[in-house]
Amino acid sequence: MTASIEFAGVAKRFGAVEIIPDFSLHIEAGEFIVLLGPSGCGKSTLLRMLAGLESVTGGRIVLGGTDVTQLPPGQRGLAMVFQQYALYPHMSVFDNMAFGLRNIGLAAAEVERRVNAAAHMLELDALLQRLPGQLSGGQRQRVAIGRAVVKEPKAFLFDEPLSNLDAKLRNRTRIELARLHKRLGSTMVFVTHDQVEAMTLADRIVVMNGGRIEQVGQPMEIYQKPRTRFVAGFVGSPAMNFLPAERLADEQGLVAVRLADGAVLRTQVRAAGVGSRELCIGVRPEGLKLADSGLVSGSVELIERLGERSLAHVGLGDGTVVVAEVPVQRTLALGDVVRLQPELDQLHVFDADGLAHHAEAAEAVAA
Amino acid sequence: MSAATFNRSAMAGPAWVGWAFVAPFLLCYMGLLVAPVLEGFWLSFHAVDLLTGRGQFVGIANFIDLVRDEIFLRSAANTVLFALICTPAFVGLGLALALVLNRPGKLGAWLRGTFFASNVLSVTVVTLIWRLVLLPDRGLLSQGLQSLGLPDLAPLSDERLALPFIALVTIWWGIGLPMTLILAALQQVPRDLYEAAALDNTSRWRSFRFITLPALRRTLILVAIVQLLGQLQVFGQAQLLTNGGPNNSTRTMVMFIYEALFDQWALGYSAAAAQLLFVLLVLGVSVQRWAEKREDGQ
Repeated sequence: MTASIEFAGVAKRFGAVEIIPDFSLHIEAGEFIVLLGPSGCGKSTLLRMLAGLESVTGGRIVLGGTDVTQLPPGQRGLAMVFQQYALYPHMSVFDNMAFGLRNIGLAAAEVERRVNAAAHMLELDALLQRLPGQLSGGQRQRVAIGRAVVKEPKAFLFDEPLSNLDAKLRNRTRIELARLHKRLGSTMVFVTHDQVEAMTLADRIVVMNGGRIEQVGQPMEIYQKPRTRFVAGFVGSPAMNFLPAERLADEQGLVAVRLADGAVLRTQVRAAGVGSRELCIGVRPEGLKLADSGLVSGSVELIERLGERSLAHVGLGDGTVVVAEVPVQRTLALGDVVRLQPELDQLHVFDADGLAHHAEAAEAVAA
Repeated sequence: MSAATFNRSAMAGPAWVGWAFVAPFLLCYMGLLVAPVLEGFWLSFHAVDLLTGRGQFVGIANFIDLVRDEIFLRSAANTVLFALICTPAFVGLGLALALVLNRPGKLGAWLRGTFFASNVLSVTVVTLIWRLVLLPDRGLLSQGLQSLGLPDLAPLSDERLALPFIALVTIWWGIGLPMTLILAALQQVPRDLYEAAALDNTSRWRSFRFITLPALRRTLILVAIVQLLGQLQVFGQAQLLTNGGPNNSTRTMVMFIYEALFDQWALGYSAAAAQLLFVLLVLGVSVQRWAEKREDGQ
């Protein structure tokens, strides 16, 4: 029943405004794909085009081998969970879940069987006769998921379904969704701007920006080897630190740079393929350590103690503020002058076009 | 908790401040509404001559006379019939127009404005326009029928047609407000409900029946109650178009009350008729609320 999805050169234009210029992506049957990007990047529009709720300006959408580009939403065999739940307010939980099945003339016994099975799976048995207005946010979200499940769709579409829940419930529902995917094995397309949701749920993440794909990859690949500076800055919390750098003569085929405060850094990034002179060094907070002989120095402006780790915001001489992970037992005070050393194998170099070049392991470089 | 209570009472100040704020309204309400209603109730048990101001207590004699008064009974029947024609028409037609005109764009906005425009006219202008339309021989209706080779029609002189035509004029005049109220309610229905319905393979009829109609229910009830109360008190159109004729076929209760007071100077009798109209209004709204609650129960 579950189906693959193919976007082939899909475009969307609202009048003169181009939202999605040319989008192509293949989603395997049973895959959990997360469309991740900032507000306005076109990810929800893309999902709505897949659902049939928005017309397609150009290109084709193929679902399980069938071109559905021009099919009305109800005939695509998809189920969607909306951000605001979109439960029918005047129907009971049972009727909400049964409505779509009754619309296609399914026998009453089969409707009841499917609704009861979904309600049992989602622990909604005791709520079947309640109206949506009598449910909590989390319960409503489960009903919305149940309404999708009973349809046994070719693919599930989720449009930021967790954004209206509080932090605790969001974590719980996220885990439930992961379990649901494992249990049903269905194709799921999930739109979010929350990278934690993307990292924890996705088989593959599609990072979008300005209607275009910035990178498609597995969560850790996106995190560790971002393809562009945009991806590097968008994925990860706190964001990757960026330091402007001037390129020096390569050393043994590796990029060497001078940072703004004059410090010279020999990276483990291969020079071949790095074209421009103006570069930017990227390093995540966990790759920037306190060290007495560190490369750069600055004063501590803020300390965030998060329990399992602490983050120090350090203002450098040129005004740049970087975030470094510091040991929780380390006592630091505001205004303390510290030296920081980037882990060379966790360092990225971004060229003038914003393309990333990643450091290699020390052994590989030595070889 | 105690801090919150303390702050609230500190902010509220002494009790007389609150009373001082509501006193102007209460005084107006008591003086202009409650007192006249009670006085009207008291007067209905008296025979009072408006000219001399003399009166005497007659008990329920005014009410007995009223239920034996054929003209009063006819006016009560006319009033109920008029409300029964107008109220469903306002709800049904208002809903239909709202559904058709609930669309973006200039044409929709222009049509909404057009349908609402008649609402701003006074009853004098409305009846003047329609007298010209319904004028026998030279009126728009008459000429239209003649051009189609159909016999002439003088609805305001016809005992069977006069009341329905006054209802027609009233609907033309007042349809803008129900339409606007229902439109406002329609635009409050979240769009994603229709999107969820579209993904649920819902036909247009089922979408209307199970999403739109339940969402509009409260507004439709509001429109029905407002219209029922308004139409049971119909006066201006009947007075200006037919003056109650022909043969009392368009005389309404408010007209009867007005004439009893200002033509016959019978203050007590008029007040008694007003009490019966009040009972009718309360009854009408009660029946509607009862039906609504029964539907809720089902």
